[in-house]
Amino acid sequence: MQDTSTISAVFGRLSLDSVPIHVPIIVGTFAGVAALGIIVVAALTYFRLWGYLWKEWFTSVDHKKIGIMYLVLGIIMLLRGFADAIMMRAQQAIAFNGSEGFLPPEHYDQLFTAHGTIMIFFVAIPLVVGIVNFVMPLQIGARDVAFPYLNNLSFWLTVAGAILVMMSLFIGEFARTGWLSYAPLAETAFSPDSGVDYYLWSLEIAGIGTTLSGVNMIATIIKMRAPGMTMMKMPVFVWTALCSNILVVAIFPALTVAFFLLILDRYLGTAFFTNDNGGSPMLYWNMVWMWGHPEVYVLILPAFGIYSDITSTFTGKRLFGYTSMVYATAVITILSYIVWLHHFFTMGSGANVNAFFGIATMVIAIPTGAKVFNWLFTMYRGEIRFELPMMWVVAFMLTFVVGGMTGVLMAIPPADFVLHNSLFLVAHFHNVIIGGVVFGLFAGMTYWFPKAFGFKMNEFWGKVAFWGWVIGYWVAWTPIYFVGLMGTTRRINHFDDPTLQPFFIVAAIGVAIILVGILGFVMSIVMGIVQRDKTRDTSGDPWGARTLEWSTTSPPPEYNFAVTPIVYDLDAWQDMKEHGYKHPKDGFVAIHMPKNTATGIYLSGLAVALGFGMIWYMWWLAAISFAAILVIAIAHTFNYNREYSIPVDTVARNESRRDAQAAARI
Amino acid sequence: MSTSHHTPAGHGGAEHGNHGSKSSLWIGSILSIVLTVIPFWLAMSGATSAAAISAIFILAMVQIAVHVRYFLHIDSSTEGGWTFLAFIFTAIIVVITIIGSIWVMYHLNLNMMPMSIDEMRQM
Repeated sequence: MQDTSTISAVFGRLSLDSVPIHVPIIVGTFAGVAALGIIVVAALTYFRLWGYLWKEWFTSVDHKKIGIMYLVLGIIMLLRGFADAIMMRAQQAIAFNGSEGFLPPEHYDQLFTAHGTIMIFFVAIPLVVGIVNFVMPLQIGARDVAFPYLNNLSFWLTVAGAILVMMSLFIGEFARTGWLSYAPLAETAFSPDSGVDYYLWSLEIAGIGTTLSGVNMIATIIKMRAPGMTMMKMPVFVWTALCSNILVVAIFPALTVAFFLLILDRYLGTAFFTNDNGGSPMLYWNMVWMWGHPEVYVLILPAFGIYSDITSTFTGKRLFGYTSMVYATAVITILSYIVWLHHFFTMGSGANVNAFFGIATMVIAIPTGAKVFNWLFTMYRGEIRFELPMMWVVAFMLTFVVGGMTGVLMAIPPADFVLHNSLFLVAHFHNVIIGGVVFGLFAGMTYWFPKAFGFKMNEFWGKVAFWGWVIGYWVAWTPIYFVGLMGTTRRINHFDDPTLQPFFIVAAIGVAIILVGILGFVMSIVMGIVQRDKTRDTSGDPWGARTLEWSTTSPPPEYNFAVTPIVYDLDAWQDMKEHGYKHPKDGFVAIHMPKNTATGIYLSGLAVALGFGMIWYMWWLAAISFAAILVIAIAHTFNYNREYSIPVDTVARNESRRDAQAAARI
Repeated sequence: MSTSHHTPAGHGGAEHGNHGSKSSLWIGSILSIVLTVIPFWLAMSGATSAAAISAIFILAMVQIAVHVRYFLHIDSSTEGGWTFLAFIFTAIIVVITIIGSIWVMYHLNLNMMPMSIDEMRQM
């Protein structure tokens, strides 16, 4: 608790001193961001795009548009998180031989905290949720998700969290406590300033969004599949999305409660996680990792689904071992709940506890290994087309397996006692998250891009992105494995041992190569748009794919399917193609669709105000925004005018235009 | 709503599960009253033996089962079995969370030396 005499009734503890004008790096960043922001706002105003964005995108409840907005959010935040990574790597490459580098410890500590927090909560989750949002309803032949308004709200709550994190850059500071803000360091006694509060409130708000999205996706998959699509005829991506979202619904409450108890500790002086007064910091670790370990499977399972769909498409074969793939996914879902203690073997629990969690961790390698073999056997004797998505799959298998093996190594408790908190661990989880999740997301974005926009991403720049990421990953993280094994711990600001410097210089070069990959990815989108007439997809099926989303146009109409498809086979679209599927010419009916609503934006804007008020102790602001959230949320439930109907004529006109396009191609 | 576009019946219809008959609600009410009165009486009469405490614990478990069966109407047929499946899954997760946390936290100090409050504050 702060000294109450410095807290003003209006501005709480916010004062002009909270703005870090004395830190040149932040002032420079602010100037850059402000200039960019003014240019963007001016351009949007000049081209009169605000109305279009508001009506067609921000208030949209269309799962495809929400999915794309999630992806845009994820890519923007990726740039922010990567900027942090560049600064950390540069700092560690030069801070030797008495040099303290260019980042003072209090700034450096904020950087590594912000990097981890942003990369997991505001890059990986939005990208995964975005792809699930866009692809899954199309793959099950549905017209939208089960709760379209909730979907919009989930997205904007995630944005609200991201806005709070970004605010901390310029007003106050971010947490210096590491990406999970461990107690007791995150308690008021050790972190009295606003950083941890920014962390807690932004993640509480974004976490609610993710949980609601999980509920929505589960309901959609269970209730809205096309007729004929039994559970064992769902594409693997839908299965992995289902298991991933079941995990979300089961684990996010643990995180929300852990954060809430920490908030109580910080704001009301309770003693849940304190050292003294009967509190237990390890209880915080226990609860946070009960979320944290399944969370990595929330991210990796959909990536596994993406790899599965891409592998069978680009080998021209049915996926090898579909049933075993489904069971492996389900087994991983359950096992991921009983391994959380391996994140704190060194806590000091007895041999029995450590042995149980160590063995449970190693067991996860079995279903995961089964999946890798399934992909390999699908490729075996297939007609493999090494287009960009398939290249990402191969790079994933080569990279991820190494990360998996270092993971099994660290699952052995005695080995973990040596490697805990070392850079070896950091290299391991970057290996599985970059090599598994990030490669999968790039594969997925490249693969479904033509479905979303009707033209492909630029191939040359896509290859630049691919090689930049793959080579860059290995150059950046192999030396970190080495220094980690030699005993270097993580989160170090400057080093005393000059013999380590070459390793960190190589790692910095690796980050520069990854930068080429990131710019290549941005360029492949930009050049894809510039040269869109060359790669335009009029068939709806540019890759020769096998699942339902490719049976409709690219981009799909707002109602996805004019006629609900009927599913007879696992590879439904392949089955339709083989049986000479003809696109229906008549017999259309009017289609009921959900209406756009701005309620999600209003609620999320108020959530930002609520968070900001709580962070700076502006109690009046927090109270007013909280009351307003309740009023608006309840008022929205009385809005019964939520649907509109697309008339038959419009549907028929749309569909005949599609036929004309397809005919023109031939 | 787009949710119902697969069901020709449209809104409502078969979407709602079993809400229970009057007789099952009566059975549930009587059972839960009995299951409340016995442990209440045990506690009020000051019984502290291991047998009494075990009895209270077991009756509480039965109480949960009665509520699930007669008031939450969870059986294996509602919503094509999804409700039951979700219930079992939730139960497993809750059990893992509670038992696991108790086990882990019980082991917390196994290898630690005893500390004073002042030493703890300095950690």
